[in-house]
Amino acid sequence: MTSALSRTADGPRIQAGAPLLQLDHISKRFGGVKALDDVRFDIKRGEVLCLAGENGCGKSTLIKIISGVHQPERGAAMLFDGRSIEGLSPATARALGIQVIWQDLALFPEMSVAENIAFESNLGARPRLVNYRAMRAAAARILDRLGVKLNLDASLRTLAIAQRQIVAVARALVAEATLVFMDEPTASLSQAETDALLVIVRRLSAEGIAVVFVSHRLAEVLDVCSRVTVLRDGRFVGTFPTEGMTQTRLTELMTGKTFDYAVQERDLSSAPVVLSVENLSRAPDYANVSLTIRRGEIVGLTGRLGSGRTELALSLFGMAPASTGTVTLEGTPVRFASNREAIRAGVAYVSEDRLQLGLIQPQSIADNTAIAVLDSLLGPDHLISARRQSALVDTWIHDLGVKIGHPGHAVSTLSGGNQQRIVLAKWLATNPKLLILDCPTVGVDVGARAGIFAIIHKLAKAGMAILLISDEIPDVYFNADRILHMRNGRIVGAYVPGETTLDTIEGAVHA
Amino acid sequence: MPRLRIGGTERWLILVIVAMGVALGLLTPTFLTLPNLFDLLNASAVNIIFGAGLLVVLIAGGIDISFTVAASVVQYLTAITVPLFGGGDWAVGLLLAGAFGTLLGCVNAFFIYQFRIVSIVVTIATYNLFFGLLMFWSGGVSIYDLPDWWTTRVVIFGTETASGHAELSLTVLVMALCVSATWLLLRRTSTGRQLYALGDNPEGARRVGINIGAMHYLAFGWLGLMAGIGGLMQAHYAQEVVPNALYGRELDVLAAVVLGGARLGGGRGTILGVFLGIILVAMTQNGLNLLGISPYAFKMIIGAIILVAITLSSEGVGRLIGSWRRPAERRAA
Repeated sequence: MTSALSRTADGPRIQAGAPLLQLDHISKRFGGVKALDDVRFDIKRGEVLCLAGENGCGKSTLIKIISGVHQPERGAAMLFDGRSIEGLSPATARALGIQVIWQDLALFPEMSVAENIAFESNLGARPRLVNYRAMRAAAARILDRLGVKLNLDASLRTLAIAQRQIVAVARALVAEATLVFMDEPTASLSQAETDALLVIVRRLSAEGIAVVFVSHRLAEVLDVCSRVTVLRDGRFVGTFPTEGMTQTRLTELMTGKTFDYAVQERDLSSAPVVLSVENLSRAPDYANVSLTIRRGEIVGLTGRLGSGRTELALSLFGMAPASTGTVTLEGTPVRFASNREAIRAGVAYVSEDRLQLGLIQPQSIADNTAIAVLDSLLGPDHLISARRQSALVDTWIHDLGVKIGHPGHAVSTLSGGNQQRIVLAKWLATNPKLLILDCPTVGVDVGARAGIFAIIHKLAKAGMAILLISDEIPDVYFNADRILHMRNGRIVGAYVPGETTLDTIEGAVHA
Repeated sequence: MPRLRIGGTERWLILVIVAMGVALGLLTPTFLTLPNLFDLLNASAVNIIFGAGLLVVLIAGGIDISFTVAASVVQYLTAITVPLFGGGDWAVGLLLAGAFGTLLGCVNAFFIYQFRIVSIVVTIATYNLFFGLLMFWSGGVSIYDLPDWWTTRVVIFGTETASGHAELSLTVLVMALCVSATWLLLRRTSTGRQLYALGDNPEGARRVGINIGAMHYLAFGWLGLMAGIGGLMQAHYAQEVVPNALYGRELDVLAAVVLGGARLGGGRGTILGVFLGIILVAMTQNGLNLLGISPYAFKMIIGAIILVAITLSSEGVGRLIGSWRRPAERRAA
């Protein structure tokens, strides 16, 4: 740690407070799409800055420009330590100490922790002999600096995701980083793991390393960063001090919308109960969960990742059997042995991981839409009737307003929002009584988000019972009739949006 | 990291090999004799050379089934070209065979890398292409009049024992050199570590700045080199060049290499594992022979052994057993 501090002190003499990196007039066009339009960005040594914005706002493009992967359009000014760095390549970016920790980490699962951290020493055009001892020593030094203990010889695949995250941070530091980008580093971490990572971020900052933090978790952002740069639709909205910034204000800056739309205020207390769950437990995922959902009701379920919400949803969908407790669907106690039974009983589950679990990417839009109801499409010859399938597909594509070229095109050609609609269509085709939506807006941009919620409201109005799971609290606040807060496998709070404020709930969840 | 770390798969294989060796030693009078063990090594050497090459490709995340027919092509090309070098000698032969082999390997790398075609598809195509060309041009005719240096048996170590004459052939020496070179490449050079990285996480490898194209040419070129050398040694061992002598051997080698712990997805595998995997299969065959079991049963038994060994060493079994004990250790997705 002392060495790092002295490195900062001995670094190029710059005026105090002068930016380490300053970018002006950054634009980038991909084909006809303007990903970035005249964006500004600056960061000082040792500063922790947040880069905020909705998905598709240009964050990744900006990171790629700063790390030399993309070149900005003409007219851009890029200064690092006061020197121009135009024509930056990935290699020169690395030489300047600009390191990116991508969300997928880009680590090597089969290799040891030590080699993952010190992999840089294996690079270079000329083959060299490997010095395992030096790699191990370098890795140990870095982990020591981070104040973390890991088994250096364990292969990476045996590590939990939080530990891998630390390995990725350590790898960035081996290369004498001056500026580290962390892309959604906490997206799959629990609260304790997140706290541990934030300690490390502060430590880097104390060593004079600038950290750019990209996160959707606004509470975290406001907590750890000193300033926040907001992008929206590829444009620069502004850089604001986090002092005095609220989550609500930040959300408004990111989305460009003031959240003045009303919360749900419907009286559904006389509607018949569709789902009733009593004292449901499944060790160690969740315990003593009780809830009811009425016809036409949207119940929001929020809580941090690892709170047990997804496991609860999977239990209701028959994929992770509960150990004790009862589930009653329209007055009949049910105990699903598999999700096939759940589907037959009228439960649909739209998974969190749309890209991997919800859709078969290379298959056509039509095939994806029909996949859960193939049996109902059989013609008299017991083969799938093309006519019935296209009728079904056309109905749903029309009803949900999916923008597609042709039903025969691969589903991977669609945008995030339209893919999400296809997932919905697939499950709606099963004609469910209870629809469970697990984080339906992940990876969906602002406009499409509103469209998806419009569909959800339409379904609720038609009488479907909906369990809406999301860690984006505004999503549940403005769309659900009631909100349940889950933490460590228990329901710890229940709110009615009309009777409380968004900040109250956010405060409770992120506390 | 200890220099000679022996992984779980390898330890397991050593255990099986020792157990089988003891059993065969007790059941047959000949198995545990120096002549038999040396013969086993002489006969396996070519497969081990092939296996060393294939390992490099598997580690880099590829697969190649064309290397045995490539080796046959190299045998022919070498037999045709050595007269141009005044009949040649071992040095010329190894140089030519290595060069032809590397070239054929690079043909695979070219299609796989330049056109981003899955390696199994490319090598199925080149497998047929190479073999078809070979049969077409040779007319299926074998070559028996090879130069003397090529066919004369070279003994690098010979000794008389109570159970007869035991000797190690040149093939074993060449195999040892190939194995050492591959070990050096994979374990001790930065390039080798980049090969592992590429197979382990291609996107991650690209991001840290590994030259993916160069790695493809290196991996498939290395297998080509080994195939060429292996082909030369096989012709030396058989004392003739027969166009379909190696046809079909690729799957035996592949199975043995995977048995030795190489992962088909890439990123994992050791040269020791290759050696043990091939020795285990050869030992089984040799043992069955000595026990007087019908040769028709060999394939069946070897297939079953590979299946059992791979099932036992896979993580799936551990997971299955683990999930019986602890029903819920799923991490939050």
